[in-house]
Amino acid sequence: MKLIKRSTSVDNKSKNKLNRRTFLKHSSLAAGGVALSGSLSFALMEKAEATEAEAQKTADIKRIRSVCTHCAVGCGVIAEVENGVWTGQEPAFDHPFNLGAHCAKGAAVREHGHGERRLKYPMKRIDGKWKRIDWQQAIDEIGDKILAIREQSGPDSVYWLGSSKHNNEQSYLFRKFAAFWGSNNIDHQARICHSTTVAGVANTWGYGAMTNSFNDIHNSKAILIIGGNPAEAHPVSMQHIFKAKESGAPLIVIDPRFTRTAAHATQHIRLRPGTDVPLIWGMLWHIFENGWEDKQFIQQRVYGMEAIRKEVSEWTPDKVEHVTGVPEAEVFRATKTMATHRPGTFIWCMGGTQHTIGNNNTRAYCIFQLALGNMGIAGGGTNIFRGHDNVQGATDLGPNAHTLPAYYGLTEAAWKHWARVWDIDYNWLSKRFDTALYDDGAGGKKRTMNMSGIPVSRWIDGVLEKPELIAQNDNIHAMVFWGHAPNSQTRSPEMKQAMDKLDLLVVIDPYPTNSAVLNDRPDNTYLLPACTQFETYGSLTSSNRSLQWRDQVIEPLFESRPDHQILYQFAEKLGFAEPMFKHIRVENEIPSIEDITQEFNHGAWTIGYTGQSVERIKKHQQNWHTFNTTTLKAEGGPCDGEYFGLPWPCWGTPEQKHPGTPVLYDTSKPVAEGGLTFRARFGIEHDGVSLLADGSYSKGSEIKQGYPEFSADLLKQLGWWDDLTPAEKQLAEGKNWKTDLSGGIQRVAIKHGCAPFGNAKARCIVWQFPDPVPIHREPLYSNRRDMVKKFPTYKDRKSFYRLPTRYASIQHVDYSQDYPLTMTSGRLVEYEGGGEETRSNPWLAELQQHMFVEIHPADANNAGVKHGEQVWVEGPESGRIKVMAFVTERVGRGLVFMPFHFAGHYEGQNLADRYPEGTVPYVLGESCNTVFTYGYDAVTAMQETKVSLCRLRKA
Amino acid sequence: MARMKFICDDDRCIECDACITACKNENEVPWGVNRRRVVTLNDGKADETSISVACMHCSDAPCAQVCPVNCFYTTEDGVVLHDKDLCIGCGYCFYACPFGAPQFPQDGAFGNRGKMDKCTFCAGGPEEDFSEAEFEKYGRNRLAEGKLPLCAEMCSTKALLAGDGDVISKLFSQRAVERQLNQEESDNSASGPKLWGWKTAYKE
Repeated sequence: MKLIKRSTSVDNKSKNKLNRRTFLKHSSLAAGGVALSGSLSFALMEKAEATEAEAQKTADIKRIRSVCTHCAVGCGVIAEVENGVWTGQEPAFDHPFNLGAHCAKGAAVREHGHGERRLKYPMKRIDGKWKRIDWQQAIDEIGDKILAIREQSGPDSVYWLGSSKHNNEQSYLFRKFAAFWGSNNIDHQARICHSTTVAGVANTWGYGAMTNSFNDIHNSKAILIIGGNPAEAHPVSMQHIFKAKESGAPLIVIDPRFTRTAAHATQHIRLRPGTDVPLIWGMLWHIFENGWEDKQFIQQRVYGMEAIRKEVSEWTPDKVEHVTGVPEAEVFRATKTMATHRPGTFIWCMGGTQHTIGNNNTRAYCIFQLALGNMGIAGGGTNIFRGHDNVQGATDLGPNAHTLPAYYGLTEAAWKHWARVWDIDYNWLSKRFDTALYDDGAGGKKRTMNMSGIPVSRWIDGVLEKPELIAQNDNIHAMVFWGHAPNSQTRSPEMKQAMDKLDLLVVIDPYPTNSAVLNDRPDNTYLLPACTQFETYGSLTSSNRSLQWRDQVIEPLFESRPDHQILYQFAEKLGFAEPMFKHIRVENEIPSIEDITQEFNHGAWTIGYTGQSVERIKKHQQNWHTFNTTTLKAEGGPCDGEYFGLPWPCWGTPEQKHPGTPVLYDTSKPVAEGGLTFRARFGIEHDGVSLLADGSYSKGSEIKQGYPEFSADLLKQLGWWDDLTPAEKQLAEGKNWKTDLSGGIQRVAIKHGCAPFGNAKARCIVWQFPDPVPIHREPLYSNRRDMVKKFPTYKDRKSFYRLPTRYASIQHVDYSQDYPLTMTSGRLVEYEGGGEETRSNPWLAELQQHMFVEIHPADANNAGVKHGEQVWVEGPESGRIKVMAFVTERVGRGLVFMPFHFAGHYEGQNLADRYPEGTVPYVLGESCNTVFTYGYDAVTAMQETKVSLCRLRKA
Repeated sequence: MARMKFICDDDRCIECDACITACKNENEVPWGVNRRRVVTLNDGKADETSISVACMHCSDAPCAQVCPVNCFYTTEDGVVLHDKDLCIGCGYCFYACPFGAPQFPQDGAFGNRGKMDKCTFCAGGPEEDFSEAEFEKYGRNRLAEGKLPLCAEMCSTKALLAGDGDVISKLFSQRAVERQLNQEESDNSASGPKLWGWKTAYKE
């Protein structure tokens, strides 16, 4: 296949171009350009000396700055565009995160600008056949059907499934859209990737995000990665990890599988899948046994470590080995490494989060770091690598079933705050929702407005469950998949049933996705072409909380439209465009991105998304080269003293010029310069014990003790009220740091060296959670029946996120005889998410042409299967897939691994003929989630995709 | 006098395949032709090692020695290029090359494989610099633009180095020395100066 090459305009200028020989003349310079920069041989491949060549560039090649749309490392992209065509991609050497580097996906993003296999026009299915329609017809027909469902079943029967692929503005607008529609049945990928991280981490110390940054890993003296494979999932992060490793930091990788990351580890520990808590407690056992804990840090900044010490005392080395399969010597070696190399960083990904006890795992990781005093310090931290390019931003601002933007929750106060920001009548908004009361799962009754919606992991149950058992008026009747691959969710056989049962199925995406082909629907099925982030512009938030600005590379391809335009069209059709866009300008049906940024700047005080104005983010984008690549602080230039991307919290208003917070909870800096304490989020005392910090405070704080969060009342008590201007006083009266729209309360707190959210201890006990102290529970599908007896799961629940949820009744059944192998899943470097976009990119697809299952040689022999042969993988819930056997010692005996990016085959059947013509991805394959089973985290309803059971049969 | 070379630092290569897609992106190489590949040895075992391989632009290139039509030539900067107008697609170079660099667009017996294609160090070919013919046959000419091959420029971990052999070998040895100086734990695999194959060749 041929893409459009750099056009003949290059040819025209060849007469006065440099020839190859000129390069030789400059070779000494070129050599210098291969950068011996920095004593640690870090940026080892810098640009060659190209000044003269640059000067030759003609004006008709535009160089546009964007950010890769795959993972959340946030690599800078330089796109070369000629006559509106994306003709070249150059390394962004100046970008502080990637220094020019890319992985396979990032080095191939230019293909998205051509998109041969894209969904090109709005389409609908008539009698099972795809037919092209126009946009207006699509919006009208879909809108009419949605309004009819609302009329008949209420607003909660329409599900708006959003995306981590939206930019910040679109994410925020999507959440606002659902609010104006009148339902919390809205969600996005964060539910199924890091929701247990966000819940676990935020409930430990205040915020649920990566605490440090990729670049800050340079400062780490040791690196521990558990349940993460950055060499495939976040390859550019390995550049930063290697910098630390080559400076002497040991790299410990804990994973049931010998991953590409493990291949570079100083120590690889294979644990039995799902036994993270016992392993971490086993490490803490050695820490306490040897007195390696940071006693002063714990005394000053940690609540409840005694309860942990008690739980940990039971995890003696022999018991840890019995449960996790890891010998004492290995546990001791890793523990000693972490204890003697401080600060060390702790990194985790889906291997830790996607479990029924995911929230226990993430809290155990946090407690480990607290015990070693590794928090709030450069080189330490919990570095949680997020998956999609804007999953952090979408989590912070966007489509979430359990909260309004910026984690305000769904209480009446939260709704009133946002109604004030949106400048609309709260009562009007309230009436948009169902007014009846339903079981809230905690013994009370609530309106659906104040109750979490059905999470994406469970939408199929929202369709299939008996309506009287669901805590809302009726089943889900319409699904809108907006930038979301269904094959990233488990239980495909039931999903297929659910899709077939829906009254309406709408896919809004650059690609048809598996949603278009998995079902047998003859009609009432629509595909609307959305454009990618290269065809629009706006901000995104990378994993380290930095906001970046993307410029638009090309115009939307074919008939595709940006998400915010489509949202506007639907809002108009559904009758609430006027109040929804009251303060957002709309031109030619396209809402102003800048006005949307300004609107969330005006309301998102809880997490400091208030200081990052469009102007400030753009200024950072234009000055990549001025930021230090370790500290991320600008050294001189127009952003002097600010941190790249103004990592949140960036307190107060943009005019207050807060530099952003590079490392969360770092007391060595004043709050005004990016320092912070642990957040006072859980009250000031529990069971008679103070939760406030004890003798620890951020540099320059006028209060040299713990203190609660700031409010108008507290300012008055402290005698600081008159530091507010009269205008600020007017807005701040009766408010707190989260609801004061003037930003004055935050400004005054920071002026006195204090953190607006208070100064408390981090907590090891989350008394609101099912397991206040993290404990081990076996997965629902476990072949260790002895462990199931000792570490049983939870009881079944009647209403959890509106749905009956099963635990014990599944675990109770013994499947271990029929399904003897443990099954886990993960990523490949070439593909991302459900994979439709990347499998449609020929440069990537060529590199992974077959869905496969990794099988240990012994298990392959037992099943009579050879490397490269076809094999059936069968799960205990009836799902089965036919895939290629990949016999390897990457997996231990008894474990199989599958990547989750494939779709387009279903239980042996090729679905290629169901795609609209010209949109079949280059590579199709079975989805591993056809075999993956039931199981949801007890706090966030995260799906269990890291442990289940299966058997193999030669095909 | 510059002599262009590639070095792949196997302590850093993570088999992310960026070098491959960067090459496809820049040169618009068709499906099935791979100017660059990542080879992983001992996959899944403790000594797993990955290394990115393409034409190594040999000083005394075996491909050129065996070519019956003499289509190869070495540029002043040490880049081994070939003339597709002369190439008869015989495949001798493929047998001679120790790195598997020569690629052919079609399957088939002798003479039916089509013109040989391989890594040009992003230096185009014998056609006029930046001409359409040069792009069609050989891909981009980054060297003439004062840039280095995109595979190395985009390498995710800066494992793949490209440039004047003297410069990149100095760079690589500096890395190796620093790794050893900074090494604290004897089991840190990022230790000691080594190129992949050293141990095999010298039994050290």
